[in-house]
Amino acid sequence: MIFLIIIGMSLVTMLPRVIPAFIVEKMQFRPWLNRWLGAIPYAALGALIFPGILSVNPEEPHVGMIGGLVAIGLAFAGLNVVFVVIGAIMTVFLFSL
Amino acid sequence: MTDKGEINSPNSLHMIRRGLLTGFPIMLGYLPVALTYGVLAKQAGMSLTELTLMSIMVFAGASQFMAVNMIAVGAGALEIIIATFVLNFRHFVMSLSFMNQLRDFSLRWRLPLSMGLTDETFAVSAVNPNESKMEKGAFFYGAIIVIAYLSWIFGSLLGGILGDVIPEKLSQSMGIALYAMFIGLLVPSIKKEKRVALIAIVAMLINALCIQIGMSTGWAIVAGTIFGGMSGIYLLKEGRK
Repeated sequence: MIFLIIIGMSLVTMLPRVIPAFIVEKMQFRPWLNRWLGAIPYAALGALIFPGILSVNPEEPHVGMIGGLVAIGLAFAGLNVVFVVIGAIMTVFLFSL
Repeated sequence: MTDKGEINSPNSLHMIRRGLLTGFPIMLGYLPVALTYGVLAKQAGMSLTELTLMSIMVFAGASQFMAVNMIAVGAGALEIIIATFVLNFRHFVMSLSFMNQLRDFSLRWRLPLSMGLTDETFAVSAVNPNESKMEKGAFFYGAIIVIAYLSWIFGSLLGGILGDVIPEKLSQSMGIALYAMFIGLLVPSIKKEKRVALIAIVAMLINALCIQIGMSTGWAIVAGTIFGGMSGIYLLKEGRK
């Protein structure tokens, strides 16, 4: 039963990922479409960050918010992503003490 | 390759090393999440083989957590599979953007790279577009995906074997890791081009609005990504960034 679930999940996850690999070659993208696809990463990042970040500590949404603000600060200071991540983890940890 | 001195055509080994380094933050974010998944999957009654196989074959964090929850409450297979499709449909939009970025690569490379697309591998690859125009650049993206994939599988297995080893307070704090990584990827792009911030904010607001009106997380992210990205048609003037 679980194997069936895994195979089914694998298929429905794989297809949306793989289909674009075949179709980009055949499509002649117009400039506006290229700009749209070029903006997708930034839009995706935005949608992945907020409001999901508020659920880091579901009972206290401000904890995720503060962790996020620290991450923004560290990233603006030019720190490598690794240190941005570590800094945010430490912030949230301190707040949960 | 013998052209050691040529800076403009770095060899594959160099690309792999750079990719592993660039993908390292994903490992940092994935390990605790995968560990938690392994623990929960075991508690839901899945065997070590099953929970590891799911990580190998599905490689999509959010949907695996959801599946574990649904298995635990005895949901039907079809129900779980449909929910997975809805949650992961956003990868279609991301893959379209990623494959457009990798348009110069042959299908032989694009196909395996597309299979390794997750929110995180996509985000890291997309903010590093230069390698897609370089010789052997496929190794760079391949290395990002491999380090992410292996951390995910290894972390799941470890969670299943060890159980709860990370203190709860620490593991909860680590829940911010992937969000912080996304922020760490987004901010440098904003520093280069202020309008990127607008695109991201539009996407955030659309996402939040969709959740407010009762849409599922999966569709809300799809809507935020598609329509937020549309603001880029006007905001990003000359071609892709």
